[in-house]
Amino acid sequence: MRKHYEVVIGLEVHVQLTTNTKIFCGCSTAFGSSPNSQTCPVCLGLPGALPVLNRQVVENAIKAGLATNCQIAPRSIFARKNYFYPDLPKGYQISQFELPICEHGHLDIETEGQGERGGHQTIGITRIHMEEDAGKLLHSDDPTTGSRVDLNRACTPLLEVVSEPDMRSSDEAIAYLKKLHQIVMYLGICDGNLEEGSFRCDANVSVRPWGQEELGTRAELKNINSFRFIKEGIEYEIDRQIELIEDGGEVVQETRLYDSNTGMTRSMRGKEEAHDYRYFPDPDLVPLIIDNDWIETVRGILPELPEPKKARFMADYSLSAHNTDILTAEKALADYFDACARQHKDAKACANWVMGDVQRRRNDEGISVAEIPVTPELLVGMLERIADKTISGKIAKTVFEEMWTSGKSADAIIDEKGLKQVTDTGAIEKMVDDVIAANPGQAQEFSEGKDKLLGFFVGQVMKASKGKANPGMVNELLCKKLRG
Amino acid sequence: MNLIDLTIHEMQQQLADGTTTAVALTEAFLKRIHATDEQLNAFITVCDEEALAAAREADAQRAAGNVLPLTGIPVALKDIFVTEGIRTTCASKIFGDFISPYDGTAVRKLKEQGAVIVGKLNMDEFAMGSSNENSAFGPVRNPWNSDCVPGGSSGGSAACVAARQAAASLGTDTGGSIRQPASHCGVVGLKPTYGRVSRYGVIAYASSLDQVGPLTRDVRDCAIMLGAVAGYDAADSTSVDTQVPDYLANLEQGVAGRKIGLPKEYFIDGLDDDVKQAVDDAVAKYRELGAEIVEVSLPHTKYAVACYYVVATAEASSNLARYDGVRYGERVDEGKGLIDMYSQTRAAGFGDEVKRRIMLGTYVLSSGYYDAYYLKAQRVRALIRQDFIDAFEQVDCILTPVASTAAFGLGEKTSDPLQMYLSDIFTLSANLAGICGLSLPCGLSDNKLPIGVQLLGKPFGEAELLQTAYAYEQASDWQGQLPTL
Ligand SMILES: [Zn+2]
Repeated sequence: MRKHYEVVIGLEVHVQLTTNTKIFCGCSTAFGSSPNSQTCPVCLGLPGALPVLNRQVVENAIKAGLATNCQIAPRSIFARKNYFYPDLPKGYQISQFELPICEHGHLDIETEGQGERGGHQTIGITRIHMEEDAGKLLHSDDPTTGSRVDLNRACTPLLEVVSEPDMRSSDEAIAYLKKLHQIVMYLGICDGNLEEGSFRCDANVSVRPWGQEELGTRAELKNINSFRFIKEGIEYEIDRQIELIEDGGEVVQETRLYDSNTGMTRSMRGKEEAHDYRYFPDPDLVPLIIDNDWIETVRGILPELPEPKKARFMADYSLSAHNTDILTAEKALADYFDACARQHKDAKACANWVMGDVQRRRNDEGISVAEIPVTPELLVGMLERIADKTISGKIAKTVFEEMWTSGKSADAIIDEKGLKQVTDTGAIEKMVDDVIAANPGQAQEFSEGKDKLLGFFVGQVMKASKGKANPGMVNELLCKKLRG
Repeated sequence: MNLIDLTIHEMQQQLADGTTTAVALTEAFLKRIHATDEQLNAFITVCDEEALAAAREADAQRAAGNVLPLTGIPVALKDIFVTEGIRTTCASKIFGDFISPYDGTAVRKLKEQGAVIVGKLNMDEFAMGSSNENSAFGPVRNPWNSDCVPGGSSGGSAACVAARQAAASLGTDTGGSIRQPASHCGVVGLKPTYGRVSRYGVIAYASSLDQVGPLTRDVRDCAIMLGAVAGYDAADSTSVDTQVPDYLANLEQGVAGRKIGLPKEYFIDGLDDDVKQAVDDAVAKYRELGAEIVEVSLPHTKYAVACYYVVATAEASSNLARYDGVRYGERVDEGKGLIDMYSQTRAAGFGDEVKRRIMLGTYVLSSGYYDAYYLKAQRVRALIRQDFIDAFEQVDCILTPVASTAAFGLGEKTSDPLQMYLSDIFTLSANLAGICGLSLPCGLSDNKLPIGVQLLGKPFGEAELLQTAYAYEQASDWQGQLPTL
């Protein structure tokens, strides 16, 4: 049935900003403090308290806007979104409505395949606006104690990034989300933690028969906390809606929740739907004026973004597109690699080690890039010894392990453990002679054309040298001697 | 002379030469409050102990040579200012026994200037009203005639100064709430330019209109009090970062050569004869003092009341949403769920006028009505503001009546909200335009009730406005007229 329908997806992402203080007061935004310990009259919504805009939040919003090709509004307005809920101390949320800070942006995404919605797509970004978060309700199992409210999160800054309904599959939705996630991480404005809700996604999903201009009725999937669940939720929703229409039913516009246990979405119908938020400009805040100087100052401190970084890695370090994608997926890793490649002439070797042993060990331990014990300087120190043939690639594996656990330099480890590669022709020649003498039968077979035995002899010599003999020289000498 | 009859500048003199002390002044005012407030009901909370402690501290500071303009001066606050450690009610039941954990900026500044706060004053609930009859703590009586209202919403603030229960008070003015009661009680009341005094710590009624100002016995006191509370405050994004002049420096400059405009739209039928006479006399006096009197036009005046009640109620409907019984105040919960708790709490906590304005404001912001009401009102507001900008191209100051009548009788207008709304017709344009305005006693009605004249000034033109008021005050017969209680 799917092939008769076109899927239309728009996404709303709430990005929690990592400013030190809240958006409208000076309280800390640190996570995990005891309930209501990070509050003041402003974020408690006490009588007489007034909001004061945190300029760092504006700067972060400008960064997000520039990085997503938005126009930055020279004048934008904060508005009140009015509704009652115990986690909303003022009875309204300060957000932006008619004049948001950023508009008319876009992100380019890549998906698998070619043509007919495979490959490259441009996804429009309708707007990005700033707003305050609400607090948290803590429900108790004991009905007599009632629910409690923790307002530590109240008034923490959020950006809401609203896309155009430009995505046509769950793959595109995920590619867009990952791209946006990558950008806010590169900008350093969000910790990117989906599970803790620092990067929250609502998906508007609808289907329509191919060729129909008008959009189908959409369902809004709320607050799904992993990329995988977002994909599953969207997939389920597509099937549900098509089935409904095929059975002669109609999709209702509603909010639905994805249940990761059942893999299904279910209606969250209720008072939520009946809201008239009565938005109006917040008279406690003046219009936000952003002049060109401010925009250019922020542009000047923007970090290198994923796309330019990829282009530079490919050009400067002659890396493949595939390897570049891996290395730039995460800004911290890209920086790690970049630091290595800037200090070592063989960028490919750097890339191989970073994508190989460094990532493998890091994944084993489940640590962040910042926690990698082998700094770029240490890794480069080792790569230099490989390049100048002090150690072989094989010995390097041992040195790397030792660096990881002890944090010592490659030179110190090579010294201590006597791992210096033997490059003395005389010494290697002696070992080669000994091995040949000890294995006359194999030597005979080799000379009769059994070339595969070369590996055996190399192995024997390397073993005799405890791995330290220069493998190239061993090879060369063996061939010369065995072939006579 | 009785201590309570002194003006602030006279008290400053006596405190300086050692004729009196802050404790003596404070005791005198507290005694006066306890003797008269049964009748007037101007106070919701009297803080004897805190006031006497502050007075002793003021005397100690003076002895140590630390003298500030308000050191030892007993003042009172409309109960719309939150005060650390002292109950704040906003004249509403919904606050319960709420005590603010912080002082607002104006209160902090008064304290820093050494003022002694004797108590919190009655008002219309949430500053919504023009007669002080909408209070959960009962109406305030006019000191000139206890069968009459003192005006509102800062009724307690005006009555307490006229009755000499405090040297001065602070009120708030959203549509005339300082100037109209000042007029009805025969005191000086100033609504500064929007942004001149911080709103931080003032319970919001209509945020884009609310402004803090003093009510005093005379113009010089008004200048002293304004100087104490005015100024930019980083905690209020709408306060304006412009220098506070010395309001006393050129107070006696006079009005010779100044142009005073009379807006023709304000001199209308329906003005009581005695009010018209008193205002005409004031105009004549200004002419005598050398001012040039010219007619000006504020063509959009007739839309001001409608515009005001859309803008003010829209903001109020949102500002009052926080009184939901969740975090503080009186909660009514019959265990029937959250929505029920909200409704019951707000139904029990708010008075009728507050509910009326919340409903009106909710309506004008509702989807489908927003453009027709809220947006249109904003456009009208811009036109009204432009009227004043144009008028101030021609004149330095605008003179109008404050109210069409002197104080009316208790209960006279309570059954007709619209009639009550119209009693602010001369004052609310200044709030919509954001300019400063002052009410000054200019006569007595046939019933021996005070009548005020309103002077409107350019944005941040308070110094000039005070000079203009002072010139009249010194030349007129009304200075120092006080009710006998
Ligand atoms: Zn706070």
